[in-house]
Amino acid sequence: MPNFLRESLHKRQTVLDSVFRNLTRFAAFSVLGLLAAIIASLVVGSMPAIHAFGFGFITSPEWDPVNDQYGALIPIVGTLITSGIALLIAIPVSLGIAIFLTQLAPQWMRRPLGIAVELLAGIPSIIYGMWGLFVFAPLFADHVEPWLNDHIGTWPLIGPFFSGPPMGIGMLTAGIILAIMIIPFIASVMRDVFDVVPTMLKESAYGLGATTWEVMMKVVLPYTKIGVVGGIMLGLGRALGETMAVTFVIGNAHELNQSLLMPGNSISSALANEFAEAVGELYTSSLIELGLILFFITFVVLSLARLMLHKLQQREGHGA
Amino acid sequence: MDKMNSILRIATLSATLLASASAMAANITGAGATFPYPIYAKWAEAYKAQTGAGMNYQSIGSGGGIKQIQAKTVDFGASDAPLRPEELAKSGLSQFPTVIGGVVPVVNLAGVSAGTLKLSSDVLADIYQGKITKWNDPRIVADNASLALPDKAITVVHRADGSGTTFIFTTYLAQISASWKSDVGADKAVKWPVGTGGKGNEGVASFVQTIKNSIGYVEYAYALQNKMNFVQLKNRDGQFVKPNDDSFKAAAANAKWDKNNGFYEILTNEPGSASWPITGATFVLIPKAPEKIENAKEVLKFFDWAFANGDKMAADLDYVPLPAKLKSTIHDAWKEQVKDSSGKALWK
Repeated sequence: MPNFLRESLHKRQTVLDSVFRNLTRFAAFSVLGLLAAIIASLVVGSMPAIHAFGFGFITSPEWDPVNDQYGALIPIVGTLITSGIALLIAIPVSLGIAIFLTQLAPQWMRRPLGIAVELLAGIPSIIYGMWGLFVFAPLFADHVEPWLNDHIGTWPLIGPFFSGPPMGIGMLTAGIILAIMIIPFIASVMRDVFDVVPTMLKESAYGLGATTWEVMMKVVLPYTKIGVVGGIMLGLGRALGETMAVTFVIGNAHELNQSLLMPGNSISSALANEFAEAVGELYTSSLIELGLILFFITFVVLSLARLMLHKLQQREGHGA
Repeated sequence: MDKMNSILRIATLSATLLASASAMAANITGAGATFPYPIYAKWAEAYKAQTGAGMNYQSIGSGGGIKQIQAKTVDFGASDAPLRPEELAKSGLSQFPTVIGGVVPVVNLAGVSAGTLKLSSDVLADIYQGKITKWNDPRIVADNASLALPDKAITVVHRADGSGTTFIFTTYLAQISASWKSDVGADKAVKWPVGTGGKGNEGVASFVQTIKNSIGYVEYAYALQNKMNFVQLKNRDGQFVKPNDDSFKAAAANAKWDKNNGFYEILTNEPGSASWPITGATFVLIPKAPEKIENAKEVLKFFDWAFANGDKMAADLDYVPLPAKLKSTIHDAWKEQVKDSSGKALWK
């Protein structure tokens, strides 16, 4: 190839390279821009509510469209409690699934079971909501809630959390449905990270006479804890923002109840229910401020998770 | 080559077709209440078949409809709760009713067959305020000596979203109960003292069907279509009545329908021994001085056609059509109120 041709080819490639580089940079920065724009519009939109209620908005359980009085306490509490219940159930179950799939199940069973877990993750949330309302809630009301009322409802301290008329819908149901929804996410992340534990490490532990339990607790989990926490955070992120499935089963009542069997509300379902019909500046702006708070909660949770991971990594560094 | 030609021909043909279709039909758009959506959609379909002109209605909710027509992004808005005359004046809108319907309390009670449970009005208000909590409360039993009512807690179901249905229902409760009026009030969304919320008429309907010993309220059409267990209510004249076309008509017959206040009329708790106490009309909002004259004319033409030809369709879908006298008053209102920039009436 003559020299000048090679040079022009080279030139063209550098131009293409820089175009490509700038395109990717633009794509990356546009995410930041979008994020800033969303925060800005949420803040601007919620200004009237911030002016009217100040910090009292977060602590007030009032939600009265007739008198234009709004407070976010009930939806905030509902969001946190349902997500908390979901994690409480989902973490042990997911751990079990992942440990079984990677360490205990016979080789031929791993693939089909793993695929089944991933398929569960692909089901749209509205299906979970409908299933929860039409199938799960009636069964729960007829068979589980009366039992909870009679047995746990009479206990001191935690009894009041489990007493109330058996309706089938409420905070506990919403938490359980959320747990079912996030289990596949957490389980598949855990399975992936357990899979990357070097076989040599495990074999050495077994060679020293460790039991399966000891290998899991002392080798696999410490080796993968960052990935495990990451998977749990992914699940929590989904649980906090989940809308449709929760709206179906949480009961959508602006009430603060001690009992988990009673209806409540979450931020995302309050938004989904009320935004279309909200009339008046203060009402709309209070709903937007709810959205801002959800944004903030998710942000704080994710930051805390990052911080925790960072601390974990640091400690490991010192130990070694 | 042949293939190319035929593709070209098809392309030209479809382009011409599209062009002619859009030239023929000035499509109008409306948005708002979900309650009248079935009948508006039915009217639009029949109107298009007859005239070729299309009407596209988005059922985004009354609040959304009001916002959209104020922003002038649609040709007409629709709301289940009428706007007050001063609100109409402020946004330069003209308002008229289209069909009448009723709100019906429904229950899920084993062993009680449809339409047999009787509730007097103060009992209904106290159930929704959480003052009556059991189905065998003496005040419920007093009106229902023949029914075996269970010793079970009442689960109250209401709307979770803002809704014209809620506006009609709470307006009624505020009329019959002083404590409801002072503690809760009447609006499209209120601070419910008790109960659980379903999204939309269908949400309330499915909650009531799922939760045993529950009571809810839905539009009459939903109660019929879902074969729900409706109740009898005691009206202002002290009679127990069942919800149906006749009792809605009896209630609507009391309305004065004044075109000068935007037909602002709440049809709840009307006198008359046959009147259903929770009756309401649904309304359409149009700008008094529209920017798109042609579209505004089309809107009036559409509703004129619907008033002339749509009564049977409305009745088939369990709505009550407007009386003939009211329709002619609405035509008068159009003549007086909807004008172009030179002050000439759009409707002749």
